[in-house]
Amino acid sequence: MSKTALLMDFDQALERFDPVLGLEVHVELSTNTKMFCSCSTTFGGEPNTQVCPVCLGLPGALPVVNEKGVEAAIRIGLALNCEIAEWCRFSRKNYFYPDMPKNFQTSQYDEPIAFNGYLDVAVPTDEGVMPFRVLIERAHMEEDTGKALHQGGATGRIHGADYSLLDYNRAGIPLIEIVTKPIVGAGRYAPEVAKAYVAALRELVKSLDVSDVRMDQGSLRCDVNLSLRPTPQDRFGTRTETKNVNSLRSVERAVRYEVQRQAVILTDGGKIIQETRHWHEDTGLTTAGRVKEEAEDYRYFPEPDLVPIAPSREWVEQLRASLPENPALRRARLQAEWGITDHDMASVVNAEALDLVEATIAAGADQAAARKWWLGELSRIANERGLGLEELAITPAHLARIEALIADGALNDKLARSVIEGVLAGEGEVDAVIAGRGLALVSDDGPLLAAIDAALQAQPDVAEKIAAGKLAAAGAVVGAVMKATRGQADAAKVRRLLFERLGVSE
Amino acid sequence: MSGITRAEVAHLAKLARLTIDDEHLDHYAEQLNVIIESVARVSEVAGDDVPATSHPLPLINVMRADVQRPGLTNAEALSNAPAQEQGRFRVPRILDEE
Ligand SMILES: [Zn+2]
Repeated sequence: MSKTALLMDFDQALERFDPVLGLEVHVELSTNTKMFCSCSTTFGGEPNTQVCPVCLGLPGALPVVNEKGVEAAIRIGLALNCEIAEWCRFSRKNYFYPDMPKNFQTSQYDEPIAFNGYLDVAVPTDEGVMPFRVLIERAHMEEDTGKALHQGGATGRIHGADYSLLDYNRAGIPLIEIVTKPIVGAGRYAPEVAKAYVAALRELVKSLDVSDVRMDQGSLRCDVNLSLRPTPQDRFGTRTETKNVNSLRSVERAVRYEVQRQAVILTDGGKIIQETRHWHEDTGLTTAGRVKEEAEDYRYFPEPDLVPIAPSREWVEQLRASLPENPALRRARLQAEWGITDHDMASVVNAEALDLVEATIAAGADQAAARKWWLGELSRIANERGLGLEELAITPAHLARIEALIADGALNDKLARSVIEGVLAGEGEVDAVIAGRGLALVSDDGPLLAAIDAALQAQPDVAEKIAAGKLAAAGAVVGAVMKATRGQADAAKVRRLLFERLGVSE
Repeated sequence: MSGITRAEVAHLAKLARLTIDDEHLDHYAEQLNVIIESVARVSEVAGDDVPATSHPLPLINVMRADVQRPGLTNAEALSNAPAQEQGRFRVPRILDEE
């Protein structure tokens, strides 16, 4: 059992110390095959069915680099404003742990493929949005490890286990590790800067379409390094590395926690031990792991089974030219084009509807209508069904068609919802659903006037009130007409016809 | 040139998870020194102008397309495993790190 660490009040800790951050993010690439062999990378297969002599480390097996893995590494490097190495090698990182059957992980050591970059992030603070530039030390290629199940212990953890069971399906899946330079100057916003950086990095990598970047599924993982020093003029203090920080909220909390924990120790005259700490999502606590000084002798040496990677400048420039628009810049551009508030834009982004809304507008819909459908009705349906918006069987083109029909007065919102239901149920394209379900609005004046007359006859007092100028009373008649036409009337049109009939003007 | 010390042999043994008792530390230090001295003779031939190599062939950019190929079946993968359970390799207790 771990004992609860003493924590200092965060503001008090910041009065006494200056935090220095470092973030290491591992991105699992969504290539078809592993980094050094042609095994499948599909998630969730039966154990040890996506393995071969290479990723099982059998004697004599030789690795060959996955070109897509290198390409993704270069694209990530370029998107992070890095320089791309003209020549670099892989190295063996030697360690004894059965999650890599080779007894080493193939990684890059002193020759990363990308280095010296930066990522500009917008940090939300209580004083407004603060721009902050995070400097990138390097981005390098490596491979994921296998998965261990610890058996016999009470909690499924290493501690107390009798033995372990290994599945190597994940061993060898390409990873890109992105390491920041020490992040200084964040001060009391260090937790927010850390979170904003990981969020921006996730969005950037997602825009490159090279990874799912799902923190909850482990395709984006974050380790947080943190140290304190008395003032920004002092040397860096001893740092700890908090692993297993697997949600954006936890990144912020882990930084805050470590500032508070280290502040107590240093104030009491103690020393920070350079160690790996494990973040526990459930309790919001970290517990001590390996002490680094002892374990960090990986005896790196260049991998003799792989030849150097020397990306031609033509290839690098070709990849640079094909990079998508930076997501932060794109968001700013679209917000300006649509003329909406920060808050409305945040709603679109949080609903993960940006691409869909943009495509719906491009297909001809009005921006307000496009946002209304994706953030309202469709978000509700997606939520009910436990699906992502993009997984729904309806396209921006469908919505643009529905919106065009609403503008023509052929549909109202209620009918449009029925059309959406039909499209989602696979009843065909928009016009086919309307025909199939008989959803078109009653557009002839004749039947509408007949329904209006019937309603006025049934409610003579209402007719008197309207004639006397109490226009609000019209609602009762419009409601009756809508009911009589089973919702298939344009309410605004009914209202207009009603006033014409009674000879009053609005 | 400085040789391998007892302390270094002890450190290597620890990293390799090998138990080497005190009396054998000197023995292995001596043997490792013979190996290192032999290899060091290569340095006498190669001058400072010859960079260290990591590969005997002057190749770069040997890469493959991102196309899946069948690997081993579960039974084949586990065929040499000393112990197995639930389709997985069974290994002795891993050193406690928590
Ligand atoms: Zn393989």
